[in-house]
This record gives sequence, structure tokens and C-alpha cells, in this order.
Amino acid sequence: MANKKRNTILFVLLALGLLLMFFMSLSLGSVNIPFKDVYLSLTGGQASKSTWEYIIINYRLPKAITAVLVGTGLSISGLLMQTLFRNPLAGPYVLGLSSGASLGVAFVILGAGFLPYFLKIIALSSYGIVLASTLGSTLVLLLVLLVSQKLRDTMAILIVGLMFGSFTTAIVSVLTYFSTAEQLQKFTFWSLGNLGNLSWKSICVLAFSVCFGLVLSAGSIKPLNALLLGENYAKSMGLNLKKARLIIIFATSILSGSITAFAGPIAFIGLAVPHIAKLTFQTSNHTVLFWSTLLFGAIIVLFCDVVSQMPGFDVTLPINAITSIIGAPVVIWLLVRKRNFQ
Amino acid sequence: MKAILSTSNLNIGYKSKKGVTTIAENLNLNLTSGKLISLIGANGIGKSTLLRTITGIQKPLSGKVFLNDKSISEYKPLELAQNLSLVLTEKLPPSNLSVFELVALGRQPYTNWVGTLTQTDIEKVHEAMQLTQIEHLASKRHFEISDGQLQKVLIARALAQDTPLIILDEPTTHLDLLHKVSLFKLLKKLTQETQKCILFSTHDIDLAIQLSDEMIIMTPEMVVQDEPCHLISKGSFATLFKDENIVFDAEKGKFIVS
Repeated sequence: MANKKRNTILFVLLALGLLLMFFMSLSLGSVNIPFKDVYLSLTGGQASKSTWEYIIINYRLPKAITAVLVGTGLSISGLLMQTLFRNPLAGPYVLGLSSGASLGVAFVILGAGFLPYFLKIIALSSYGIVLASTLGSTLVLLLVLLVSQKLRDTMAILIVGLMFGSFTTAIVSVLTYFSTAEQLQKFTFWSLGNLGNLSWKSICVLAFSVCFGLVLSAGSIKPLNALLLGENYAKSMGLNLKKARLIIIFATSILSGSITAFAGPIAFIGLAVPHIAKLTFQTSNHTVLFWSTLLFGAIIVLFCDVVSQMPGFDVTLPINAITSIIGAPVVIWLLVRKRNFQ
Repeated sequence: MKAILSTSNLNIGYKSKKGVTTIAENLNLNLTSGKLISLIGANGIGKSTLLRTITGIQKPLSGKVFLNDKSISEYKPLELAQNLSLVLTEKLPPSNLSVFELVALGRQPYTNWVGTLTQTDIEKVHEAMQLTQIEHLASKRHFEISDGQLQKVLIARALAQDTPLIILDEPTTHLDLLHKVSLFKLLKKLTQETQKCILFSTHDIDLAIQLSDEMIIMTPEMVVQDEPCHLISKGSFATLFKDENIVFDAEKGKFIVS
């Protein structure tokens, strides 16, 4: 079929795009390193300058890998949410997971003043922040899972998620009201998102969680396709709805929870990338959408990373702002051009 | 003829905190293969509850529903999906599914963990589309076609699911007379050609009388199942609506406004 051929070409292009973006993100930055030297440092060869090799292996490679993990994870969790909730506006944010993570971090950073001195040191270390945001999102996850066991209606879970979100946001604003300018600044920096600063050990933990989430998502491809006809049809086609729903929510939570913990709340990707994939491939088949969302997610976050590094400049812009600035117009443009938002 | 689905002393209704609401009692229905069976009754009489109960979505108050001699409550979801397919009235959620993909979803009970279609699956999908005469729509999106065409597509999906029993909930609502007739004729043809049993609820009683092999009439007092001509001679239709504005003309076999 003509469609299959078109899809194959698109996939090849996307794979090439990903490779190109990966290399660009390694090569561009405050110091521009030629592709040849990037290749040499990666393959264990001798780059023209030893500082280049050091920059690539210790700064840019971890950052690029984080970008790929963040992009794939957030986008896939958005895809799962949009189909499960039959809502084009759904994303990892709707379950309140990111807000939960923010709450955890807010407690640690803004509430540190109330802690005894030695606890304060621990809490404000980078591990403390990761731990706090993981705890925060896990707590919200557990609450959502608990509620989803009680509620038969999927829409109700969506609303509960939104409520958790506003609840935690409210507590965060109360905390900010009582905190010092210095604490506020630190919290704002965290909330702007950061792909760098991750040790190889943290990357391993993140990679493991993201892979686990992606495997669960891949296993949900068939249930997701069944859910395209609505829950009742899905059940009539032999789907164990409760189990499928639980797996999908669990996968999303692992993906967005772990990513928010390590890279901060990154806006827009989870909502927009699935739409970019759907509009490009013109399909609702999740076998196609899974892989295209995966690739698009990685490419777009890498691209945002390249932009935020501001090639040739010394400053790095916050990734959270870049994802929205680049992403929002892209979605609007695609919508206006294709006109069916599904 | 062997029954595909049968009920024994089935009581249907709802259990709530306030107590038990019984909708119908002592139902002994028999759905046999190759038969087109219509379910009629006034609004709110409990047709949906009956359909929900015999499809295993809702538990009966008492009594049993047997599908192929096995109680429906003992079926696993997947096994049930291989024996019973549904066409529902609810609107489909927005998606980009093409007609072919939609029909192919009916193969889910038979496909592997990612839902890959085998050669057999593709053949079954084409067969279902051929029977319902929607092959020319295959590459159209499901939201681009008319209501009548969509109804056929949903029936094709149920056919692709390859079950001995298909149950449709009010498949003719939103259709004009011409499309209602053609849909009924299609269902009739399907029962004859595939030897499946098709049960559908409807408000188009005149058409149902003319085309069904058997009818199930629900009234507050009783539920009867019989061939349309027997039901007419028994006077069952006269009990359907308790209103002086509408009477059943047994000679013409239809309702008349008095």
C-alpha cells in the first residue's frame, strides 16, 4: 500500500534526523566542536584537542542521552494519556505527577529553613532534590492508582488528577509566600528544567526507569488500539479494561515521575509531540504512533537542547522555556495546515 | 436447532442500597443460529438492561445465562469476545481510524500481543467488508462517511470478530426509512448466509415484524418470544403500548394512530 511506503520513508527520515540531532547536540554549544572530532572522541579515537574530548564525554554526551530519555519518555506518556482519556489535551501533567514532584521539591527547598542544620545540608544536595521529587510524584501516583481502583469512569480519574494538580500547586504557592528570595530563586531554577548536571549514575537510574516505562507502553499498544473505539467496544473485544488501564497509568507515572525527578518539570513535550506524530503520519494506529512519537520526542528535545545551548554564546537558556517557545507554534502551524485535531 | 444463547429463569434488574429493582422475571429465552431476532418494547421498559445482562456486562438478579451451554459468568473476557460481538449505539471517540482499520480491530481477540494481522485476519476483514458492501470505503476515515455507512462498518467489525452471536443495540436509530430497510435486509442476509444468530433491539416495529424470524416483546407484565405471525395472532402487540392514541391493526400487521 502507498501508506506503508510513505511510513517507511518517514521513519527512515526520522531515524536520520535523530542521528543528525544527536551529533549536533554534541558538536554545538559554547565551544563548537567539528563533527569529525565528535566522532573521534565517541569511538575512542584522538580528538584534535583533548579538552574537546573531555567536554564531549563528560558534559555533552550525558546531556544528549538525558535529552533522548526525556524526549522519548515524556512523549510516550503523553500518547498513552491522550488515548486513555480520549482527550487531545491530556498529557503527563494531567495526572498531577509533575505537580506532585514540584510539591516535593518545594517542601525541600522552600521549607528547608525549618529543618535542623545537618538535615538542611542533606535536603538541599542534588540527591535530596531528586529524592524529594520522586517521593512527591510517587505519592500522587499512589493516590491516583488508589482512586482509579475505586472509580469506574476514566474521565473521573482525569478530573481527580487535575484536582491533585491544583491542590499541590496551591500548597507550593503558600510555601513560596513564606520563603526567602534566595530559596525562591533556587526553586525557580529547578522548575525551569535542566538536562545537564546528571552524573552517569543518575543517567543509569533514569535510563532504567524510562526503559521500563517504554516496555510497559509497548505492551499496551493493542489495548490502546482497542480503546480507540471507546471502553465498551474495547471490553467487547476481550480487553481486560481494569488491568490495561492500570498498566497504562503505571507506565505514565514511571516515565513522567522519573523524568521530572531528574530533569525538572519539562513542559509541552508530553502534550505536543504525540500530536506532531499523529498529524505527520495521519494515523491512529498505535504501532506506528509508538515509534514515531518515540523518534519525534527524542529529536525535538535534542533540538531544543541545541537551541538552549546558544551556539557560540556562553549562556545556556532554560530548557523548559525553549520547549514551549519552539513547540507551541509548531503545533498551531500543523493544526492550521491539516485541520483535523484527533 | 441448537440454541447459542439461552436463559433459564432469568430475573433482571438492579441492586442498590435502597433495595432490589426487578425489571423482568422468569425469562426463558432461546437464541438459535441462523435466526434474525428483534427485541422490542417501549422506552424505559428495560431492553438495555436485558441486553446488558445477556451479554454478561451486568449480573442477573437470579437465574442463568448460557452461551454455548456454559454460564456466561464463567467466560474469560477473551473467550467471550470470540463468541459474542456487539454493535453499540454510543458515539465513537475522535480518532483517525480508517474504515479498514476499524473493521480490522474486530480481529483483536485473535491477534498477537501487538495486534499484527495475519493473512487469515486480513481475509476475514475483507470477507466482512464484502458481506456488508463497504469495500469501496476501506481507505476513508470513519468520520468522513454517512451514518448509514458507519452503521454498516460497525456491523462489519462485529462480523470480523467471527462470533456465532451478534447483538446490536438499536442499529437503525438516526437512519432514514430507505437506510433502515437496507440495514434490516442486510442483517437478514447475514443470518441466512453465515448462519449466525443476530439479536437487535429496535423501535421500528413495522419493519421488524416483516423481516425478523423471531421477536422478543417486552411489556411491564411479561416478556414473550415467538415468530411475528404467532405474536400477531396471540394479540401480543396490543399490550405493547398502553395508550388509546395508538392501536395495533392485526390484519395489516402494523400500528395505527386512532
